[in-house]
Amino acid sequence: MFLRTLITTIFFSFASCCYAATIDVYPGKGSIQSNINKAIGGDVLLIHRGTYKEHDILINKKLTLKGENFPVIDGELKYQLFIVTSDSVTIEGLQIQNTGRSSMTDMAGVKLLDVSHVIIRDNLLLYDTYGVYLQNSHYCFISNNVMLANAKDEINSGNGVHAWKSGNLTIKDNKISGHRDGIYFEFVTYSKIIHNISIRNVRYGLHFMFSSNDIYRQNQFVDNGAGVAVMYSNGVTMIGNTFRHNWGDAAYGILLKEISDSKIEHNLFVKNTVAIYMEGTNRIGVAYNEFDENGWAMRIQASCNANVFEKNNFQANSFDVATNGTMMLNTFRENYWDKYDGYDLDKNKTGDVPYYPVSIYAVITERVPVTMILYRSFLTDIMDQVEKVLPSIIPDQLKDDYPMMKKWDLK
Amino acid sequence: MIQIEKLTKSYGRFKALDNVSLGFDKGQAVSLLGPNGSGKTTLIKSILGLVIPETGLIKIDGNSISSDCSYRSMIGYMPQIGRYPDNMTIEQVINMIKEIRKDCTVYDDDLIKGLGIDKVKNKSMRNLSGGTRQKVSACLAFLFSPEVLILDEPTAGLDPLSTELLKEKIMSELSKDKLVLMTSHVLSDLEGLTSHIVYLQDGKLMFYKTVVELQDVTGETKLNKVVARMMQYQLPVNDHVL
Amino acid sequence: MRTIIKYVSLDLLRNKTILIYTALLAAISIGVLNMDDNTSKGLLSLMNITLLFVPLISILFATIYFFNSIEFIELLLAQPIKRNKVLLAEYAGLVLSLCAAYAVGVGLPLVILTKQMAALVLVVNGLLLTLSFCGLALLIFVLCKDKTRGIGIAIITALFFSLLFDGLLLTFIYSFSDYPIDKPIVGLVALNPIDLSRILMLLQLDVSVLMGYSGALFKKLLGSTTGSIYAVVCMLFWVAVPLIVSTVKFNKKDL
Repeated sequence: MFLRTLITTIFFSFASCCYAATIDVYPGKGSIQSNINKAIGGDVLLIHRGTYKEHDILINKKLTLKGENFPVIDGELKYQLFIVTSDSVTIEGLQIQNTGRSSMTDMAGVKLLDVSHVIIRDNLLLYDTYGVYLQNSHYCFISNNVMLANAKDEINSGNGVHAWKSGNLTIKDNKISGHRDGIYFEFVTYSKIIHNISIRNVRYGLHFMFSSNDIYRQNQFVDNGAGVAVMYSNGVTMIGNTFRHNWGDAAYGILLKEISDSKIEHNLFVKNTVAIYMEGTNRIGVAYNEFDENGWAMRIQASCNANVFEKNNFQANSFDVATNGTMMLNTFRENYWDKYDGYDLDKNKTGDVPYYPVSIYAVITERVPVTMILYRSFLTDIMDQVEKVLPSIIPDQLKDDYPMMKKWDLK
Repeated sequence: MIQIEKLTKSYGRFKALDNVSLGFDKGQAVSLLGPNGSGKTTLIKSILGLVIPETGLIKIDGNSISSDCSYRSMIGYMPQIGRYPDNMTIEQVINMIKEIRKDCTVYDDDLIKGLGIDKVKNKSMRNLSGGTRQKVSACLAFLFSPEVLILDEPTAGLDPLSTELLKEKIMSELSKDKLVLMTSHVLSDLEGLTSHIVYLQDGKLMFYKTVVELQDVTGETKLNKVVARMMQYQLPVNDHVL
Repeated sequence: MRTIIKYVSLDLLRNKTILIYTALLAAISIGVLNMDDNTSKGLLSLMNITLLFVPLISILFATIYFFNSIEFIELLLAQPIKRNKVLLAEYAGLVLSLCAAYAVGVGLPLVILTKQMAALVLVVNGLLLTLSFCGLALLIFVLCKDKTRGIGIAIITALFFSLLFDGLLLTFIYSFSDYPIDKPIVGLVALNPIDLSRILMLLQLDVSVLMGYSGALFKKLLGSTTGSIYAVVCMLFWVAVPLIVSTVKFNKKDL
């Protein structure tokens, strides 16, 4: 048994050192495809600087495609580019640009079909409908790519990273901009989205559906048409992300729909129309987040249960919390609210009277949205002040019994 | 010169002027007399166009005053209470009126000098006494040598010296064939000035006669005595009416 | 007419109340703008101050001023000038000085400390509010005989527009919330210059998105230039209508 393992190991290392060849590819001297066809598994294709007008390049064996000084693979706005159908392929250092647009096929810069252990890194994916498209693929590693497109609307555009029915992916250090969704996950499990920057995408910076047990952390979602949507999933961990300026009529820092048993911690929400929108979410822990200058820090629909909001900072938001329900089965505790004006006589650093984060005006606008026309009028200011002294309309279970007197230091 | 025909004005149920007809001519010095609320000020204000009459007509030189405001260039008006914008100086007020009356370039500044207004011309209106304000009003009324002078309580609040000076000025204007209409409670101030007396009560014209006529009827020479007599003579009639 | 305007505004520019008003506005503006490094937040605070104080002070000061000038107006009317000219000149003189106060007190600090379009809109708003509420004061002066009653009505008017109207609007929205009332609401808002000015200001700031959130019509109308033009035109009506009514009524007024 041991002997057999040893022999196998020696054989493979022998094979890789002696049989792995490097094939140089130059523009005009044989196409990339023909070189792929000539190569055998384990070879490295070194693609030199220049422009290659090729398309539907099929990689069906275990190869490494390596670009030198970012050679350009151009789809002339008509075709799709790389299609990977073999495991353990690596594509790096290429400039993959100008895929076509089609309503029949999803045209992608790199398409991974039923593969695993593929690495896509350090590439420039410019003006591709889809940047990297993963279908039924596992253990793939997408890192340090720049995906830039100029999508104008949702219909004729694609996503930066598009993953469907996949698992154990790592999406890391990518910069994605100008796509429909920056990163799109559907039926993707046990994956990590780390340290990506997703800005100015037409729809969502990150779009997450039916994808459980994933982690995303230290990403930045800025200025996306509708922010980030996380729907129909459970066991999602969101840590240390920044949601900034997702600002518009229907834009959210995070939109949560039918989510349960997840964690939202140490995130920063700045200037979003709605920082967190929750519908049908259960057992989510929202802690150590910073909410600054949002329209609504949170909109919690009545269908949300057993969520815990603790140790967050709420500052300069137009509305801290809005809800359409009268019952509140969620818990708020030990948050810092800049609008809190209670006192702390026993010096335990939490206020002695509870804070009601839902203002009367927030309740009214939630019931009758047209009343937004009175936003920032003298009347609504007075109503809020009066309600603070004599609470009568706001849901009285929705309160923070231990509001902090000082901001949490979340840096 | 001024014709008033069947003038009626009421404030709510109170009749300030009740069917009053009068005619004034050049060279006359008419005193409007009557108790408080008898309609003197309303009559003056009607002539000035400040009060809009209900019925009746006022004509000046044959033209109705309701259509055109230019007739007021013929009138110098000294109001009962003169109040001016607080922060204007006397000089500014005078200059402003001069600028408004561009039609007139010859100024009669006898009173400005005589009353010593030119010496305090840089004082602002806020700091002036009631008497000094009255003096300013007088100066403005005479400034453009108008054909008609309307003086509402001209001597109220003036010191005796200024009163004398004002009277002399009125006399000199009368000698130039001007029409002077005035009201006063101090009848002795009107002594020797008045040629005609209009007596109003409850908005009705009681009498309109020359001083000479009245002196004949009553046998008195002093103006206050004459008026007192006339009132005695009139009052029983009124009581009877009431 | 120009003469009267000149002298009236010269007089008012030395008026203590106006000077204090200017100084107060300037102090608040500079304070608010320096306190916050975020200008659009500072602008919002300044907007609140403008919406609250400018109408109240304009209408109160103007009413008192007009009633105090009644003897002066009589003196002017004894001159060969048309009634309308005297009235409009008084209004113009007053408005000039109050606008100057606002421009110096709020406009100048804004120009120096911020470089936003919204700042300009705020100043224009303040000026329009001054114009319309002085116009309302003129109307009160023309329609009322008595100074005390006039001041009372002025206070009620200011209170009505800054508070009561919104209360009624809210009641209206609440009672008819089952119906499509977007359009009537946009129409009703035009009946209050303070609401118009608030909306006009909000449209310049990014918080207007919060309003768009509540309905398609708001988004369409208030989110576009049409919304701003609509608000400005309505505001101009609020300046013109009281003035026109005042001059018509003044021709019949006994002094």
